[in-house]
Amino acid sequence: MEYFLQQLINGLSLGAIYGLIAIGYTMVYGIIGMINFAHGEVYMIGAFVSMITFLVLTMLGGIWLPAALLIALIMAMVFTCIWGWTVERLAYRPLRGSFRLAPLISAIGMSIFLQNLVQVLQGARVKPMQPLISGGFELMEHDGFTVTLSYLQIFIIILTIVLMTVFTLIINKTSLGRAQRATEQDRTMAALIGVNVDRTISTTFVMGAALAAVAGLMVTLYYGVIDFYIGFLAGMKAFTAAVLGGIGSLPGAMLGGLLIGLIEAFWSGYFTIEYKDVAVFSILVLVLVFRPTGLLGKPEIEKV
Amino acid sequence: MSVNNQKNDMLALLKDAGIAGLIAAALALPLAGFKTFDVNGTLTAEPRFHWVLVAAIVTFVGRFTISIGQRTFFSSFSKAAGSSAGSIGAFIKKNQTTLAILLLTAAIIFPFSPMANRHSLDLAVYVLIYVMLGWGLNIVVGLAGLLDLGYVAFYAVGAYSYALLATNFDLSFWICLPMAGIFAASFGVILGFPVLRLRGDYLAIVTLGFGEIIRVVLLNWYSLTGGPDGISSIPKPTFFGMAVFSRNAQDGLPPFHELMNIEYSTLNKFIFYYFLILILALVTNFFTLRIRKLPVGRAWEALREDEIACRSLGINPTNTKLTAFAIGAMFAGFAGSFFATRQGFISPESFTFIESAIILAIVVLGGMGSQVGVVIAAIVLVLGPELIRELQEFRMLAFGGAMVLIMVWRPRGLLAFREPTLKLDGQDKKGDGT
Repeated sequence: MEYFLQQLINGLSLGAIYGLIAIGYTMVYGIIGMINFAHGEVYMIGAFVSMITFLVLTMLGGIWLPAALLIALIMAMVFTCIWGWTVERLAYRPLRGSFRLAPLISAIGMSIFLQNLVQVLQGARVKPMQPLISGGFELMEHDGFTVTLSYLQIFIIILTIVLMTVFTLIINKTSLGRAQRATEQDRTMAALIGVNVDRTISTTFVMGAALAAVAGLMVTLYYGVIDFYIGFLAGMKAFTAAVLGGIGSLPGAMLGGLLIGLIEAFWSGYFTIEYKDVAVFSILVLVLVFRPTGLLGKPEIEKV
Repeated sequence: MSVNNQKNDMLALLKDAGIAGLIAAALALPLAGFKTFDVNGTLTAEPRFHWVLVAAIVTFVGRFTISIGQRTFFSSFSKAAGSSAGSIGAFIKKNQTTLAILLLTAAIIFPFSPMANRHSLDLAVYVLIYVMLGWGLNIVVGLAGLLDLGYVAFYAVGAYSYALLATNFDLSFWICLPMAGIFAASFGVILGFPVLRLRGDYLAIVTLGFGEIIRVVLLNWYSLTGGPDGISSIPKPTFFGMAVFSRNAQDGLPPFHELMNIEYSTLNKFIFYYFLILILALVTNFFTLRIRKLPVGRAWEALREDEIACRSLGINPTNTKLTAFAIGAMFAGFAGSFFATRQGFISPESFTFIESAIILAIVVLGGMGSQVGVVIAAIVLVLGPELIRELQEFRMLAFGGAMVLIMVWRPRGLLAFREPTLKLDGQDKKGDGT
């Protein structure tokens, strides 16, 4: 029971990270129907930016931890957004309206490019960082096994809830969100009634990048080890999460992320840690077989 | 145009380039502006702002030159370059048979020419493996229009099935080759059956996941696959069970040079590998060319263009796609077992996602569905990085960048001239949408 609870906590924190990345996939897929293959790399860049911000802050003489976290959060979001915007502008916008596979190939190229760019700039070795937030609550103890809920996990979960609320409000209440939903439904029609489609799509990429940056910051704090290759696997799992939750649906992406995190945590807790990725992808295949629209997705009607 | 107008124009260009430079600086600041390194286990950062400055200046100058150039000569130049690539495509299309015969003759003469040495033959074999994989994937992506991002998994299945059968059961290459193909094809069926009913994008991600699953399993199933150590001393193929390529007789088979009554040369073995993969690749090509004319081939191309129409005509989409998927996987299996026997050593490292990406890039850049395009793209994409091997670090960087640039410049592939095999007169469909 205690072990189960501990894995539940770990799984939820991991799932929050996947969910944040998954939102980027689901929003982009919803609006232009394309798998943004380089999104995992954007997340990796977010992780690097936040790590470097922490290092620079330490170099300048340490500051109060919450302030450091806030600065790192803002820095990571700002710079990663610029990266996300540039990627869209250079690699995807010229291909809008081209045939279906073109942007995908371009995205794969972009992903390879960004991975190797970071490798060239920051080296191929893993970057270990001192843990910044340590300690936590001891929830219960039984037979020498303590269930802990670390401050970091609380931080991750609260930040995720806050961001999710903000983003849901943006999508549902603001004119930007309305423009996004209009573009998603019918791009031509949206353009006709005065929505700046190009800018709306750019904003979608930027919003996805901002959330990916937060995920990158969390993973830097949570694992303390990052390298240029982390984006590939995380991106793939996040996409799995987006599909699991029903692609195009924001709450679905979060739900999918949490489920993927839980599956991963329980699988590595009770079975073998080596095959946790296999478990995740097998779940993906099963979901696609039995519920192709995902858990919260709307069925798609094909029209001639 | 008045002088004043021109001056304003210039200012606008400068401003535009300035913004581009600023963005480049912002992009570079966190990633290039600081160097991170370990000091006694503690990570530290060190500023190197001159890198940011260089990035900004290069972008500024580059952007300015390009936009100035676009006003004057560059637009006509790039248009000319675009149309010349297009006309090369058209030229190739027109002279396809001649070109194919030329390429084939060159390929046959090559090992006997003075250019042939161990190194060049090795490279040629390497390129031919990718040509074969490209042709195999072309069936799936080019003909059937299914996006397979995990093609390398079938290649791995082929390689490991040959390696395991040969090392554990002592079976010869010629028995294992078809078996490897069958194994790979059955994996294709097992994987394809549940997911081919779904829309294309899901297939992409499932195949991607499958590629990763195969790699993880190969890495961790230590007792069978040797994990990260891989499988070594995989037996070499014999000359169709009649001779071996060593100086002396082995396993009761005479050496090749005695059988053929020629002088012994270490090159013989490499020439044999070369022809082996050439024949395998040509079989793939011939098969594709023929099957396009059969009902099932026609159905693949029809499905690629319009699935709903096909369903109404009574074509079973799942089964039809499944055949394409399985046949593509089978050729990857053949190529994999050749790879295993040539290398003599395989490990999961040879079957990473990047291989799938390279093969897919070959198919797409070659202009999907074009057989000659695949050959040219394979030569460019495989030999190109090989030539700059000294710049190891920048190799993949340039590869990724080139993929994006080529897609933006010519989204239909370098030699795009795909046309339907059957066409009604006077009807020309613009783009194929989604």
